[in-house]
Amino acid sequence: MAETLLSIRDLSIAYEVGSKDVVAVSGASFDVPQGTIVGLVGESGCGKTTMARALTRVIADNARIDGGAMQFDGQDLAALSERDMNALRWRDISFIPQSAMNSLDPVYRVEYQIIEVLRDRGGMRKAQARARAVELFEMVGIDPGRLRDFPHQFSGGMRQRAAIALALALNPKLVVADEPVTALDVIIQRQILDQLRGLQRELGLSVIMVTHDISVVAYICDRTVVMYAGKVVENCDTATLLNEPLHPYSMGLKNAFPDLQSAGTGVLTPIAGSPPDLIDPPKGCRFAARCPFATDLCRNTEPALTEAAPDHHVACHRASEAAVLRETAKDPATWGAVT
Amino acid sequence: MTVPLIQMENAQLHYKIGNAISAMMGLPATVKAVDGVNLTLNKGESVGLLGESGCGKTSMGRILVRLEEITGGSAQFDGQEIKDLSGDALQAFRSRSQMIFQNPFDAVNPRYSIRKTLEEPLANARIAQEEWQGRIVDVLELVGLGDPTQFLERFPHQLSGGQLQRVVMARALILKPEFVVADEPVSMLDVSVRAGVLNVFRDVRDRLGLTAIYISHDLALVRYVCDRTIVMYLGRIMEDGPTEDIVHAPLHPYSQALVAAVPTPHVDQSHDPLPIGGGAPDPRNPPSGCVFRDRCPRAQARCAEEIPLPRPIGTRRVACHFAEE
Repeated sequence: MAETLLSIRDLSIAYEVGSKDVVAVSGASFDVPQGTIVGLVGESGCGKTTMARALTRVIADNARIDGGAMQFDGQDLAALSERDMNALRWRDISFIPQSAMNSLDPVYRVEYQIIEVLRDRGGMRKAQARARAVELFEMVGIDPGRLRDFPHQFSGGMRQRAAIALALALNPKLVVADEPVTALDVIIQRQILDQLRGLQRELGLSVIMVTHDISVVAYICDRTVVMYAGKVVENCDTATLLNEPLHPYSMGLKNAFPDLQSAGTGVLTPIAGSPPDLIDPPKGCRFAARCPFATDLCRNTEPALTEAAPDHHVACHRASEAAVLRETAKDPATWGAVT
Repeated sequence: MTVPLIQMENAQLHYKIGNAISAMMGLPATVKAVDGVNLTLNKGESVGLLGESGCGKTSMGRILVRLEEITGGSAQFDGQEIKDLSGDALQAFRSRSQMIFQNPFDAVNPRYSIRKTLEEPLANARIAQEEWQGRIVDVLELVGLGDPTQFLERFPHQLSGGQLQRVVMARALILKPEFVVADEPVSMLDVSVRAGVLNVFRDVRDRLGLTAIYISHDLALVRYVCDRTIVMYLGRIMEDGPTEDIVHAPLHPYSQALVAAVPTPHVDQSHDPLPIGGGAPDPRNPPSGCVFRDRCPRAQARCAEEIPLPRPIGTRRVACHFAEE
């Protein structure tokens, strides 16, 4: 097993909304081993983006880290001063945003923006930074002749590549990518994923990939962390998650997803209902109201995230029955019964 | 007996762009959003329009519900030229053809209650007021918002995305149309609720015998909804045929790339490099001949000179000079 680069323990992040707190991430724990791509999946509002942003400590003004630790390379990111954190950004941890159009400044040439990072954060001289910018563009497959372009002259795919180039500029150890291909067409999406995977292997990077798309996870992620309503509900290697999930939510997600590889179209089964309101979360398992297997225990007592099988963490009271539940979960009628 | 409902012949939608100065500089004056499309859609048939952004799939849908007017060729609905409709005929057409929009949060007026959202089309179509309540209850039932009393007085922000998309669907269906264009109706929704909306769409279409166009960039979704698929690229049809044939054995090199690019929820899927590179070219300046040729691994001299028109091959139409190879 590879060495752990990032270890998140019991992390909570709250947004202050009016006089109340919305706990967007609640007691989350997972590890990112060195040199792996870890997928962070879940529906909108599950806390995956908040979590990703917390890693670079770029969170909204009304958000605060409410406890827990993020051990990165011997330092706790949650406890670092802003100044020390700033020293880590770009150099050790970098970020690829969902919409690269919004992360590149429209009034500056792309080259200027890359050079700015290289000089400011990397302490390079101008000539050195120029050469590095060319190298970076070649690395992500953009003609370096386009460096002098403005962001609006780039296509969506090129902008996303430029954002990747920027993220890799100073050889970080960890790249946090927030839905980096969601807004892109399927062919460009595939090209970017291939590129990211290639660079990750070549440079030995660790990547956290936030996405709602389990086929993207299946395509590129070594491990997957499933979040639901602010909680980590399952965490294991991707093959295990797809083939032998222990959490009913993971089982449901797979049923809801169209599969081009299947022989027929089959029937997609939705998970009825919607996630709970995080201002006033239920006291038991947060998935209980939508779960076809929920018992009184689930509705009253919150399940803890435990290692149910070697290297397979799950937060479900009925994880030991998962093999049977998986079979039942395949029947669409199972999910229709939930009110 | 198959009766055509939609017929397009050499349909074009060319947008004028630029101004006097760009014209003097010799820059192109039009973008060909839809160019030379032939399409027949029989009553009760549904077809998926598949392609990347800018391929003209949404423009096609908008032409067929007359949110855009063609600039050349012909586009007919039930034997009538859509762009020539006016007065009562247009009013009748508006009831018979409807569109379901992509983003439910943008498609409804946030200040209208669900009741008012659904009453508006009834008022526009001059349906007698006594009928309103019955129609509203029926249509909400149809889209799976079982207990209408629970939703009618609520406002859009009080509904989840999945519920709101069902309301948008209900609004499209309340005038009992024969033809519906759904423009990426689930792309804004979470995976866990997507399936529910897709199931309702399929179910309603089958129960009402609707003719439907389902627009998407996602082949897996199109496959779930439509037996027939049309692949578009830069305003032209590349391939048209049974969805399963296209999924399992695409003939056009562009369809082949699209199929290969779709990730699946399996760890053991192919990671082979795609047969094509780059992105779609600038639509203002498409390549001569075949619009796909500058990305095509099979392109030859002939492709630059002669536009390949969709021609029948087995169950399909394919616009490639070398489709048999």
